[in-house]
Amino acid sequence: MAPETATLEGQQVAATPAKQPTRTDNFVFGIPQDGLQTKQREVPLDEPPPLPPNSELTYIGKPTQRYDGPAKATGKGKYTADVQLPGMLYARMVDATIPHGHIMSIDTSAAEKLPGVRAVYVIEHVYGVAELRNPKLDGPSRYPTIRYAGQPIAGVAATTQQIADDAAKLVKVRYDAKPFVVDRTEARATDAPAVFPGPADEAGSAGGGGGPADVPQKGNVHGPERRKRGDTAKGFAEADVLVESEYFTQVQTHSALETHGFVVDWKPDEVTVYASTQGTSSVRSEFADVFKLPKSKIRVITEYMGGGFGAKFGAGNEGVVAANLSRKANAPVKLMLDRRQEHIVSNRPDSHQMLKIGAKSDGTLTAIQLTSYGTAGVGTGAGTAGPATNMYKCPNLLTDEYDVFTNAGPGAAFRAPGHPQGCFAFEQTIDELAVKLNMDPLALREKIDESPARKVERQLILERTNWRNRKSAGSDPGPIKHGMGIAQSVWYRFVNMDSSCEVRVLRDGSVELMSAVQDLGGGTKTILAQIVGEEFGMAPANVVIRIGDTRYPIGPDSGGSVTAGSITPAVRDAAYQAKGKLFAAVAPALGTTADNLATQNGRVVFKNDPSKSYSLRQVTAKLPTDEISARATRVAEYSKDRLTYGGVDFVELAVDTETGRIHVEKVFGAHDCGRPINPTGVISQINGGMLQGISYALFEQRIMDDKSGYMLNANLENYKILGAREVPEIEVALIENYIAMSSTDAAGIGESAGIITLAAAIGNAFYNATGVRMRRIPMTPANVLAGLGKVQREVMA
Amino acid sequence: MADAPKIEVSRRGFLKGAGVTAASTVIESAKAFGREANSALQSVPTVGPGPLPIKLHINGEEHIVTVEPRYTLAETLRDNLGLTGTKVVCDRGSCSACTVWIDKVPALACMTLSVDAVGREITTIEGLSHGDTMHPVQAAFVKHDAMQCGFCTPGMVMSCAALLERNPNPSLADVKHAVSGNLCRCGTYPKVFAATLDVAQHRVASGLVTLSAGREA
Repeated sequence: MAPETATLEGQQVAATPAKQPTRTDNFVFGIPQDGLQTKQREVPLDEPPPLPPNSELTYIGKPTQRYDGPAKATGKGKYTADVQLPGMLYARMVDATIPHGHIMSIDTSAAEKLPGVRAVYVIEHVYGVAELRNPKLDGPSRYPTIRYAGQPIAGVAATTQQIADDAAKLVKVRYDAKPFVVDRTEARATDAPAVFPGPADEAGSAGGGGGPADVPQKGNVHGPERRKRGDTAKGFAEADVLVESEYFTQVQTHSALETHGFVVDWKPDEVTVYASTQGTSSVRSEFADVFKLPKSKIRVITEYMGGGFGAKFGAGNEGVVAANLSRKANAPVKLMLDRRQEHIVSNRPDSHQMLKIGAKSDGTLTAIQLTSYGTAGVGTGAGTAGPATNMYKCPNLLTDEYDVFTNAGPGAAFRAPGHPQGCFAFEQTIDELAVKLNMDPLALREKIDESPARKVERQLILERTNWRNRKSAGSDPGPIKHGMGIAQSVWYRFVNMDSSCEVRVLRDGSVELMSAVQDLGGGTKTILAQIVGEEFGMAPANVVIRIGDTRYPIGPDSGGSVTAGSITPAVRDAAYQAKGKLFAAVAPALGTTADNLATQNGRVVFKNDPSKSYSLRQVTAKLPTDEISARATRVAEYSKDRLTYGGVDFVELAVDTETGRIHVEKVFGAHDCGRPINPTGVISQINGGMLQGISYALFEQRIMDDKSGYMLNANLENYKILGAREVPEIEVALIENYIAMSSTDAAGIGESAGIITLAAAIGNAFYNATGVRMRRIPMTPANVLAGLGKVQREVMA
Repeated sequence: MADAPKIEVSRRGFLKGAGVTAASTVIESAKAFGREANSALQSVPTVGPGPLPIKLHINGEEHIVTVEPRYTLAETLRDNLGLTGTKVVCDRGSCSACTVWIDKVPALACMTLSVDAVGREITTIEGLSHGDTMHPVQAAFVKHDAMQCGFCTPGMVMSCAALLERNPNPSLADVKHAVSGNLCRCGTYPKVFAATLDVAQHRVASGLVTLSAGREA
């Protein structure tokens, strides 16, 4: 799966196998604000009955306390960084101190002699970067070519972290340095140093890193990846109005609080891997590939996870190094990246985008053309065409996306890959079009947007914000100017069929759920408990949720907002089947038949005689065996319809035109994620997406030094992320959108939650405040004053 | 304290350990160092750089632990004592994930040398709850869902609980100020504010004056 290149055309949609016996069910369908309808679907015979709307359910759709909230609030939750095993060693990664060149020699003898050091491992292959189509072009060498400062070279393991840190500094690397380039614009020049000596591609990874292969490459410029529909020349000829625009976005680092890291305990019988990962399954797969091990001999555990945002999938160089050190030292090894390395290991690529949009005088779009250049450093995947391609109805489209290689750390999937960049340019250009057409930006979108969800969301913007009181652009008289703006997002329904679980019911009334799926903080444990609780009529907190361990049935990797939509139907199916088995097993003892039993208000009742009612425990006590269980795997989508999700976000802000400071005062967002399972958790995620979006728009920026090739601000004091004082008033309206696609209709919210739109909405509000278009983020005071024409700025991009 | 080993740090080692500046905790540490400096200059032999046993008072209990003078309190808590509720994120005093209380004042454990914590009363996130009974701020964080991945949460809780100790009825601006150093990447801030204000309002409404803040309360 590759969300960063996500298009409706490329979307993964599971096909329904042809010969399965089916039945026809009626499902609730649509959005309550529009009036709910009924949709008929053919579903496999053993699927649970359709769920009614959330208003008629007990636990699903109700604000629910986070399942592991107490463990997190008390510090008892054990993250990978917290794992301690008997005899465990601590490791440190040694990384490159030059941005480009060959390693002539590596001398590890001094490190090995340091008391307490137990193993040193020198990397043979670098993972997670683009690779030459013809590897021989790199020339013969024992060591991988260095293409960015901070590239992993070796790892050392010692009895304490401090000794490992000391030993890492004693590894002596001799380099043959080569010319390098860290700036996207300079890298496009024909005489720029070549990051790769020939064409190179990055294979797609579990999390959606990488990008297209088999595209042309000239120098450092890889691409274009072209998408085309209709005839843009014809479309532009038919247009009454043309808008051409140019926008720039910066490199953003993921900056998860828990760094990338692993604890690996390599034993001959089984390799146990504690991983800070978004995909236990992806880690197991990559360990199996790298070490030529059967998957059955690899166990991956992720109980608590300190943030990933798209960058944590697979084994990574850290996992491979930790495993090799563990094998060499015959002891468990913990290898967490340090904060500097965390800033270099992954990022959201930058962009330079040129857009041209044609429209009729009533707003109807006739053609969209986008050309984008972005650098994912030594990786690929900097495309930005998602919003331009998939948001609005337009018959003629042409997009060309180019990756530009630079000597910098690799890009990776980052919350809605490509979409915040794309939206920043595209949704501001749509506003530019509205200005030219003299239309209200919301009214223009009403004309060109076919999404029923966003239509309802725009109505909520009108009803619940100050939008109608918007003044004309730049009309505030004083130096502090106020403005309002909106922007819309699009994201896609992806489903990962590797979504399985087991539900066990024990004679004492316990109910357990097991799956390898992991909870990154989005609240997966909680929604699974709600779904099991709904089937058994028991409070979610009383369901035992055991996840994040590949000894349990396989779970989906959490990328592209797939988790809720993929795993919850399997969980409901398993819970439904386990309940059926329970009823069948106990019905004779209760003097009835299984089909006469149902759960209601937390009790088991006779359908034909509601006066006969038992607690779950009274019923399970009659089980002939101590345990029954049911296992289920994700059933194919009920329909082949290709669905998108979206949100509309509103921003109110003030610009100090003398200091260049922007103060975001209020954000209102209306969002859709199918059937919301836990509104509390969904709103938490949307808050987070909005705040990350503000942070991206105003503060964050990786700064590369073109003299040394180093990232200058690889820390949290100079790489500024949003803090408490910059938090505006936030309001979220969550709409229910019943789609009749699965037994739960759930969907994730991670991507469409504000991160896509906020930079564009802030840009549009900035224009409304000042009458000036901000074409570059971050909107730091320097960039704002330059944008306002008050200071000169050196054009960097 | 009578049986606590006498601790002194070489000036060079101290400076090495404190080579990166960050406002509040370095000042805290420097004060601690200065308090003992006079006696140090007279007769106490310099210790380090090798490991030495020290006694730490943590969450109402005494722990004797062998550390090198360069070990930070965060490292000692996590790696030597298994108190992993205190998180290390930036390891240089810019994110407050490692916030603990030293003598009831919030301090950054990654910017405090373990030897400087000798003789001080240390409270960590583990010391805020008793068994299954959470501190009111922890309970409010759960109630308001003031967490996502949870990695910043212990530090946030320590900052907010300390705020309510010194200011029982804070404003929203006070709460923002109290956690202005605590970075959260998931964006839990709005719910952190709501949780903290909820505790304060509940306390004011019920006439409570002090929180049960750890075992020393």
